[in-house]
Amino acid sequence: MFEKALKGNKYYWMWLAFLGFFIAVGVVSYLRQYYVGLTLTGMTRDVSWGLYIAQFTFLVGVAAGGVMLVLPYYIHNFKAFGRITILGEFLAIASLLMCMMFIMVDLGQPLRALNVILHPTPHSMLFWDMCVLWGYLILNALCGWVILTAERKQVAPPKWIYFFVYLSIPFAFSIHTVTAMLYCGLPGRHFWLSAIVAPRFLASAFAAGPALIVVMALILKRVANFDAGKEAIDKMVTIITYAAITNVFFLSLEFFVGYYSDIPGHQHSLQYLFFGLEHHGHVYNNLVPFMWGFVILFLVGISLITHPYTRRKSDLWLGIGCASIFTAFWLDKGIGFVLAGFLPTPIHEIVEYYPNINEIFVTLGVWATGFFILTVLYKIALGVEHEIEA
Amino acid sequence: MDTNRRNFLKVAGISTLAGLGGTTIVNRLIAGVDEAHAAAAAGAEMEQKAAETIRYGLVIDIKKFQQDPSLGEKAVNACHQIHNVPKFPEKRDEIKWIWMTHFENAFAESPNLYQDEANQTHLLPILCNHCDNPPCVRVCPTKATYRYEDGIVGMDYHRCIGCRFCMAACPYGSRSFNWRDPRPFIENINRDYPARTRGVVEKCNFCVERVQAGLQPACVEAVGDSKALVFGNLKDPNSEIRQILKEKQTIQRNPSLGTIPSVFYIV
Repeated sequence: MFEKALKGNKYYWMWLAFLGFFIAVGVVSYLRQYYVGLTLTGMTRDVSWGLYIAQFTFLVGVAAGGVMLVLPYYIHNFKAFGRITILGEFLAIASLLMCMMFIMVDLGQPLRALNVILHPTPHSMLFWDMCVLWGYLILNALCGWVILTAERKQVAPPKWIYFFVYLSIPFAFSIHTVTAMLYCGLPGRHFWLSAIVAPRFLASAFAAGPALIVVMALILKRVANFDAGKEAIDKMVTIITYAAITNVFFLSLEFFVGYYSDIPGHQHSLQYLFFGLEHHGHVYNNLVPFMWGFVILFLVGISLITHPYTRRKSDLWLGIGCASIFTAFWLDKGIGFVLAGFLPTPIHEIVEYYPNINEIFVTLGVWATGFFILTVLYKIALGVEHEIEA
Repeated sequence: MDTNRRNFLKVAGISTLAGLGGTTIVNRLIAGVDEAHAAAAAGAEMEQKAAETIRYGLVIDIKKFQQDPSLGEKAVNACHQIHNVPKFPEKRDEIKWIWMTHFENAFAESPNLYQDEANQTHLLPILCNHCDNPPCVRVCPTKATYRYEDGIVGMDYHRCIGCRFCMAACPYGSRSFNWRDPRPFIENINRDYPARTRGVVEKCNFCVERVQAGLQPACVEAVGDSKALVFGNLKDPNSEIRQILKEKQTIQRNPSLGTIPSVFYIV
């Protein structure tokens, strides 16, 4: 089926070339980092995870979000999702590959990565994260490919594949739960040490993932002559609405616990993120604009996807609404959550993190690689759809 | 004819290999397994014994560091010199095993609006606490950081993949990462201890290499007879460190987290 990715109009190739440019920049920047060291990032011994791990965390959510198509279609037999579940599965594949690339570029000794398998350590959550991420990647690749092949031949998919389809559902939940457990099991990091991190991750994932799929579907409708169908889009928007509100509700619970209990450790990171943290006469607030960006984009997005006019009458406004939700939750999880957890440091100093330009190029390169893979996969999926229709 | 001959040669060759090499390999495997078993059994026994009888700890007398502020510098320099800890021009690359800080930083979880003057102005050393229940060991995905049976938390610089999960997990901020190649920044290299490569985590190892050779940790040796630092076996009720713990009231850093540190402070 790969041949479908090799035929396209000039816009397809221009888009791939555009992504290719950023991939090349990313590769060069990564090689610099590989030979010089992670000193070419903004990370320090105090903020020891930065943009890379934050992107990883966010993208695990995007990957898990695909299950919001798979679950209604296969468990509840919601037929309208039939045409687009493949979009969810392929998005999961691209996101998971990005996750793995972000982990690899973050490692100090990437060539030793196999040590995680050679010396398996079940008491480390990172070991389990590797297991579920690989498991979910393989399941999605297998299910997506087998079902698409069957569709192309216009036969029913083989029965055995349903075992793996159903298995992929708990796996989707597990990848983000285990990713949350990387954070919420660490003593002494108050912001992360919260039982609501995993549910909050899932809620944000089930909004951000489908939001990206809706944006993709609306773009594909214009550029690739592929209509996901009004009913499918509408249902997804409902899912996004509830998940997005749930995420913000969970966040507000964190605010309540921190500010009502008035325990400093529970407030510091929230204070730093949203208002700026005062320490020895200096106010540290470099993430405040991002977090208010998150709040505003969430409010804009949720208004656009719930108001009947913008939701049902205008693809453009719906697209902007979903893109706002996606961006808002990226700011929340792909920037704020990871960085703020390191503040204040265990010895109550404040060290702010500013990404290095090289690090930003590597990050853009990984995103571009992910979208490159996604474009190729979607091209294949739509090629098959069009072939059947013809 | 040709095929037959080739088949004959194949069979002959394989039988020879099986006859000669095969038995040797099998024998060697058996011998190896026996040896390994014996070694493992002996090792396990020794470790078991160590676990029952040894747990290394350190008592830090804050008053003595206040009376003689040069002690801190001596301890830090001795440690960093012996362990090839580099000095980087930029703070962002910083690596430290033991360093001097304020009371309010070391004991940030017990803030005091009316802190006594001595503790406001003077510094005290902090280092890895060599916890009984170390979160860094729990999270490490490769067992590159581990706890010896004598209580020392060690690092395998050759296994560490540099994921820095241990740095996020350590509630004492005791761990550092080699953001760049440290070797050009080591002032006087000590050839008896490995220098690290870029991309791995490191921290205080309680001078495990010296302790196992019967020496005191470098920082303890550096402060000399001041008794500002006293190192010893916490499981030996007659040890000097236990006598001190019996006589003086001590505190530990962030004890509520349940990590059970092996480092005690006399206030």
